[in-house]
Amino acid sequence: MKSQEKLVEGVLLLLALSAIASLALITIFIFLEGFPLILHTGLQKFILSSHWAPTRGHFGILAMIISSILVTLGAMVLGVPFGLACAIILAEFSPPRLTRILKPTLELLAGIPSVVYGFLGVIWLVPLIRTYLGGPGLSLLTGAIILGIMVLPTVISISIDALTAVPDMYRQGSIALGATHWQTVQRVVLPAARSGIITAIILGMGRAIGETMAVIMVAGNALQIPRSLLDPVRTLTSNIALELGYAAGRHREALFATGIVLFVMIMILNLTATFLARRR
Amino acid sequence: MDMVGESSPEIIKIKNLNLYYGDFQALQDINATFKAHNITALIGPSGCGKSTLLRCLNRMNDLIDGVSITGEVFISGQDIYNKGVDLTQLRKRVGMVFQRPNPFPLSVFDNVVYGPRLHGRHSHQELKEILERSLGAVHLFEELKDRLSANALTLSEEQQQRLCIARLVAVEPEILLMDEPCSALDPLATLRIEELMAELKKDYTIIIVTHNMQQAARVSDDTGFMYLGELMEFGPTPQIFTRPQNPMTEDYITGKYG
Repeated sequence: MKSQEKLVEGVLLLLALSAIASLALITIFIFLEGFPLILHTGLQKFILSSHWAPTRGHFGILAMIISSILVTLGAMVLGVPFGLACAIILAEFSPPRLTRILKPTLELLAGIPSVVYGFLGVIWLVPLIRTYLGGPGLSLLTGAIILGIMVLPTVISISIDALTAVPDMYRQGSIALGATHWQTVQRVVLPAARSGIITAIILGMGRAIGETMAVIMVAGNALQIPRSLLDPVRTLTSNIALELGYAAGRHREALFATGIVLFVMIMILNLTATFLARRR
Repeated sequence: MDMVGESSPEIIKIKNLNLYYGDFQALQDINATFKAHNITALIGPSGCGKSTLLRCLNRMNDLIDGVSITGEVFISGQDIYNKGVDLTQLRKRVGMVFQRPNPFPLSVFDNVVYGPRLHGRHSHQELKEILERSLGAVHLFEELKDRLSANALTLSEEQQQRLCIARLVAVEPEILLMDEPCSALDPLATLRIEELMAELKKDYTIIIVTHNMQQAARVSDDTGFMYLGELMEFGPTPQIFTRPQNPMTEDYITGKYG
C-alpha cells in the first residue's frame, strides 16, 4: 500500500517535471538560436532599425515591433470597452441563470481556431473596408478589429470573475445609502474590482500580441511602418511564420531573435498581470 | 439618559406585516410601534426573523429573489410599501449599519462623503464640512484627520464600524438600523459603540438587532422579543427584562434556550 502510494507520487512528479522541462528547453532553444544574431547585429540595430532585408544581411525589426504594438493597441481600444460593458452586464445586471449560460458560451469563442476568425475577416471584413474606407482592405485596422473580437472572451471572462469576487457587503452598503444599482457598480464595484479588470486587459493584450494566423490573413503583411490605419502591416509573429519556411543561417537566427523580443514582451505583460492580481 | 421617555412621538408603525421567502413564512403578522429618539432592541434566537424585520424598514429585502411581503409599514405616516415610493429617498432617511463593518475599499474621505455625493453634493468645501461633522459625531475626526486619504480597509475593526456609522450620519437620516453592529468587535470596542449609540439617540431613532441580551438591556428603551417569525412581546426594556408577560420571553432571557 505504502509503496504503491510512493510509486504514484513518483510518476506524477516525473510527469510534472517533464512538462516544465520541455518548456524550459523550448525557452533555452529559442535563446540559443536567436542570441548570436543579436550579438552579431547589435541589439540597438536589431530593434531600432526598420531595414529588414535578410538576404542582404539587414535585420532591423522596428517596423514589425511598431506594427505589433499598433495592432494590439487597436485591438484593445475596440475590444476593452465592449468586453468590459459585456462583463458588467453579465456580472451585475442580467439574471444569474442567463449569466450561467452565456459565460461558458463566450468562453467557447476562445476555442474557435484563429484561422476561422482570419477566414471570416478575409471574406467579410476586408471587402467591407476596401469598399467603404479605401486602401487594399488588408490593413492595420482590419487586423485590430479581428483581434479585438478575438480578445473578447479573455477580457469578458476574467472581468466577470473580478466583478463577482467583489464582496456583496459593499453592494449592500452602497444601496443602503440610497445608491441605485448603476451608481453602486460605478462607484464601488468597479473600483473594488480594478486590479482584476486590469489583469483581464493585460492578459487580453498578451493574446492579441501573440496571435499569428488571423493577423497574417487580414493585415496585409507589408514590411513598413504604417502611416494610416488603412495601411497593410506585418507584425512580429506574422514575420516569423511567413519566413521560417525558407530561412537559413543568419536569417533563421534573426527569426528566432524576433521570437526572443516577443517572448520578453509577453513575459512583461504576464508578470504585470500576476503582480496586479496578487496585489488585491 | 432617558431624556425623551414615554411621550416620544411614534415614527414607525408596522401593521400586519408578513414576509415569505418563497413558501417559507419568515415574519408572521408583525404589529409594532417604534418611538422617535428611542433605541429599540430586537432580540431572539438565531433565525427568529429579527434581522429580516429590520431589513423590512429600509426595504433591503427587496434585493433578495423570491421575497414577498404583505402588510404595511408606516414611517412618519407614509406607507413605505406603497407603489411609487422612492427607494433612494427612503434609504436616505433610513440608514443601516451592518453586522460586519463594510467600509468601501476607498479612502476614508470618499467613504464618508459617498452618500452626500450620491445625493448631489459636490462642492469640496461642503463635503469637507460634512466630513468633519460626521467623523466628529462618531469621535473619529481627531484620530483620522491626518489619514483621510488612507484606504478605509487599513483601519481597525472598531474604526471601520465607526466609519460606517459616520457614513450614515453624513446623509442625515432620521432612523439608524443596526444589525448586530458589535458582533465583530471586542468587549471594550462594543462598550464604546454602545456609548456612541446613547449619544446618537438625541438626533436619531435607533433600532438595533442584537444577540447579546445584556447589550439590549444596557442600551435600549424598548425591546421586542421575536421567536420563529413572530413578535412575541414588545414593551419598555425594564419591563421585558424584569417582568416579562410571555413565558417564552422569560425562558429566553433567563437562558433556557437561545
